[in-house]
Amino acid sequence: MEAEAAKLIGAGLATSGMIGAGIGLGSLFGNYLQAAIRNPSAAASQQTMLFLGMALTETMGLFSFVVSLIILFG
Amino acid sequence: MVEQPTIDPMHQFLVQKIWQGPVFQVAGVTVDMSITNSVVSMIAGALILMAFFLLTARGQIVPNRAQALAEGIYNIVDKVLVTPIIGHHGRPYIPYLFTLFCVILVLNLMGVLLAVGSLGGLTLTFTVTSQLAITATLAVLTFFSVFILGFVKHGPKFLGLFAPSGMPLPLLIFMVPIEMISYFVRPVTLAMRLFGNMLGGHVVMALFGAFVVALGIAATAGGLSTLLFVPSALSFAMIVALTGLELVVALLQAFVFTALATVYLNEVVNFGHGH
Repeated sequence: MEAEAAKLIGAGLATSGMIGAGIGLGSLFGNYLQAAIRNPSAAASQQTMLFLGMALTETMGLFSFVVSLIILFG
Repeated sequence: MVEQPTIDPMHQFLVQKIWQGPVFQVAGVTVDMSITNSVVSMIAGALILMAFFLLTARGQIVPNRAQALAEGIYNIVDKVLVTPIIGHHGRPYIPYLFTLFCVILVLNLMGVLLAVGSLGGLTLTFTVTSQLAITATLAVLTFFSVFILGFVKHGPKFLGLFAPSGMPLPLLIFMVPIEMISYFVRPVTLAMRLFGNMLGGHVVMALFGAFVVALGIAATAGGLSTLLFVPSALSFAMIVALTGLELVVALLQAFVFTALATVYLNEVVNFGHGH
């Protein structure tokens, strides 16, 4: 296999790390909604924490994005 | 038969020179003072912010629309972020966080709302926050001002941040490097998050825009390929939906960046208070 082809395949494979971020975000928002429906009065106060958790979970997906960018252009 | 355009979703992120400025060397580093489309967009963003400031600088008891908007944005920073996360000790830092929020929000929204494309091969409106250099500048500035503030406020005691209290010594040997890595990776994640979100969203929008044109041109060939108008129209509907999503993302990313800056500030301001 040519090095260039392997590079492209590797960059594609590296993005599979986003699977984890997807699962994480789904579980995050799912659990938030479940809790918010059980106790709607407490939902608004936890929204900041929700977005913080979202940001931190997203970071993991972004790391894989960076790795694939490094493989492609690095 | 019209010629098919090439699909190049990354073209919109190209920094192009509009005016060649002076190029000189400072301590061996080449500095190019040229005006690029990125610079034009940043100046436009700064002008919008300044105009907004001038419109709302004179407070009235019954606010007009601009003032109501400004108070709404201020409330996001004050009532949603600083007061619940830091408490009243965080009030001196509201101006910086408010500026950060406004700058990122305006630059993000300009990228979504003014995405009219190019004129003569030159991309005129430009998403400034989709450039890693810009987001990294904001992130590094935020991170190191917070880090230095920690040493100014607490002195060398601030290094205790890397050693969680009540930790047995054998574990501490492993924990300190881990804590240090997770601390110093923060500016990287701050910059990458904003950059990645803006880049990703705009690439998807450009791809669907290219689909509309490419499928529409292919549909004009006549015969059975006329059916290609259907996916072309669907792609167009997708762009409309994506633009709405991008508006939310633009607001959310500005919020998330400011929220994380607030959390990092909280560690410094309330250091050693058991928070």
